[in-house]
Amino acid sequence: MQSHFLVLLVAIPLIAAPVCVLIKSRALVWALVSVVSGICFLLSVKLLILVSTSETALTYAIGFWDAPVGIQYRLDMVAAIVAFIVSLIAFIVALYSRVSLKDEIKAEKIPLFYSAYLLCLTGLLGITVTGDAFNLFVFMEISSLASYALISMGKNRAALISSFRYLIMGTIGATFLLIGIGLMYAHTGTLNMTDLAQRLPALLGKQSVQVSLAFIVIGLAIKSALFPVHIWLPGAYTHAPISVSAFLAGTATKVSIYALIRFLFTVFDQTYAVSKAHLGPAFIILAVVAMLFGSILALKQDNLKRMLAYSSIAQIGYLFLGIGLFSVSGLSATITHIFNHAIIKTTLFLVLGCMIYKLGHAQLSQLNGIGKRMPWTTAAFVIAGLSLIGVPLTAGFTSKWALVSATLEQEYLILTALIMFTSLLAIVYIWRVVEAAYFKEHETKTTTVKEAPLALLIPLWMLVILNIYFGIDTTINIEFARQAADSLFGS
Amino acid sequence: MNHHIVLRVVAKLLIPSILLFALYTQFHGDYGPGGGFQAGVIYTAAFILHTLVFGLENTKKIISPTLVQVLSAVGVILYASVGFASIFLGGNFLEYGALIPSALPHAANPGGQHLGILLVELGVGITVSSVILSIFYNFAAEDDSDIEADGIPNEKGKHE
Repeated sequence: MQSHFLVLLVAIPLIAAPVCVLIKSRALVWALVSVVSGICFLLSVKLLILVSTSETALTYAIGFWDAPVGIQYRLDMVAAIVAFIVSLIAFIVALYSRVSLKDEIKAEKIPLFYSAYLLCLTGLLGITVTGDAFNLFVFMEISSLASYALISMGKNRAALISSFRYLIMGTIGATFLLIGIGLMYAHTGTLNMTDLAQRLPALLGKQSVQVSLAFIVIGLAIKSALFPVHIWLPGAYTHAPISVSAFLAGTATKVSIYALIRFLFTVFDQTYAVSKAHLGPAFIILAVVAMLFGSILALKQDNLKRMLAYSSIAQIGYLFLGIGLFSVSGLSATITHIFNHAIIKTTLFLVLGCMIYKLGHAQLSQLNGIGKRMPWTTAAFVIAGLSLIGVPLTAGFTSKWALVSATLEQEYLILTALIMFTSLLAIVYIWRVVEAAYFKEHETKTTTVKEAPLALLIPLWMLVILNIYFGIDTTINIEFARQAADSLFGS
Repeated sequence: MNHHIVLRVVAKLLIPSILLFALYTQFHGDYGPGGGFQAGVIYTAAFILHTLVFGLENTKKIISPTLVQVLSAVGVILYASVGFASIFLGGNFLEYGALIPSALPHAANPGGQHLGILLVELGVGITVSSVILSIFYNFAAEDDSDIEADGIPNEKGKHE
């Protein structure tokens, strides 16, 4: 049975998604989704252990058709790390969603919501495990289409517009990716990534192969919301139901960046991407602009969901900065930050979910004195905020440390300074919330808002504890990430 | 619609042959051009013609939106179940050869290969057909009673 784990990771949520449509009871659907995402989490833990103890990547032939002909699933270290974090976030958000969805979505839509949720999870996990370029595109479409539907279920009409905007941008991104894969296929006659990697080096002189790399990079940059093509992200995260914002902020953009890493380092030769395509400086410049732009706009937001969305744009900048350095430590910093940022941003969105559940909004200007009335929720925000800033003993510190040492290694002192500066900006926008919550008095003392229910607080605090745990035990987010980066460069 | 006798007669003649052609495309897909996706679209075309001629209400009496929703799920479940069945029968996911016991190796087992692709394509056909019909139902619906002013289920959204 163990040999089938790789495909079960994708197949179990796939078969559970249509079953959700057939169930009428809300509680039953929620229980099913929690169990399924829990099983996915356990499978991903087991797979991570298997990968870390084996010398080579795990492979699986769908339908027993062998690699170049059939679709091959292939799990190496970086894929195992991303699959682990995606299924972890999916599991915790699923637990959280039962109560938080009550106010946000009409009862009869709940089974359809969970069906789309599981399809989205299927797509995201599929992207991580597949070793086939076209299959990656198919899974990306599954997850994107499901996420458009999830975002459109937000409370007000702006959710529909945001979802439509994301649909347009996402479809352009997906089309670019498909054109890129199509051009590669036209020249090599294969879609298997390992096979492509063997055949492409001889063809790199051809212009259409170079163009295919450009299409793939731009397509995936749109999907992962890199600076000039990020415009779909703030609206989508602001107007989606809070469970969707939390889930997508933690997983969707990270998986797109994983796909980019896959194409740059496994399919194409990274030396080509650096020396001929000059992607390094391009990524670094866009990343720096994203870091500054996202952090500065985050300072000005009153709606906290929008603030976190802009903060995400800045964090995506860090991820591209790591890739742009094209060094082992840069890439391993990116993988570390994919892992940590997923946990941090999901925690912060879940905090907002508790506030929205109790207050009906998450407007900074009306949160004065919330620290006394919702102490556990606010404390969670403070810890996750410290982690976002990168304070020692939190997960965020490990990624800042990895990034800073990667920039110092290549003596890009200006980049080191910029990372420090944007961290300072993060302190400012987190502090605005802390100040309002603890140091400003509530105007009318008559309100009786109490702490959020345990059904929301328990999943939230599970993530808060993980924020601290992964700051102390860095086996996965530092050591495994380093191994993953080593093997990506070695291949 | 009572006076459009030509339309009604032609539709009654066409609808059965469209359905038949859809089934041919579905089940001949293993040997010739065709398959579940095309068959599903053709199959739904018959229902869409029925709606255009006899009205939405009459078509909904034949196949209700609830049934359409159930069928759209059943197709995917059928597809994925074939995958799980081949795992339980000792093959890899979607290894059709494992579906029917045989002395031959899985890849050379024609019965299993045939059964597998037939069921998978049937699942595709059912889902494609019902999803397209449900999209059509949604666009054709005259009343938008299920779209409220802001779509807010609970006006205050507060739990104090």
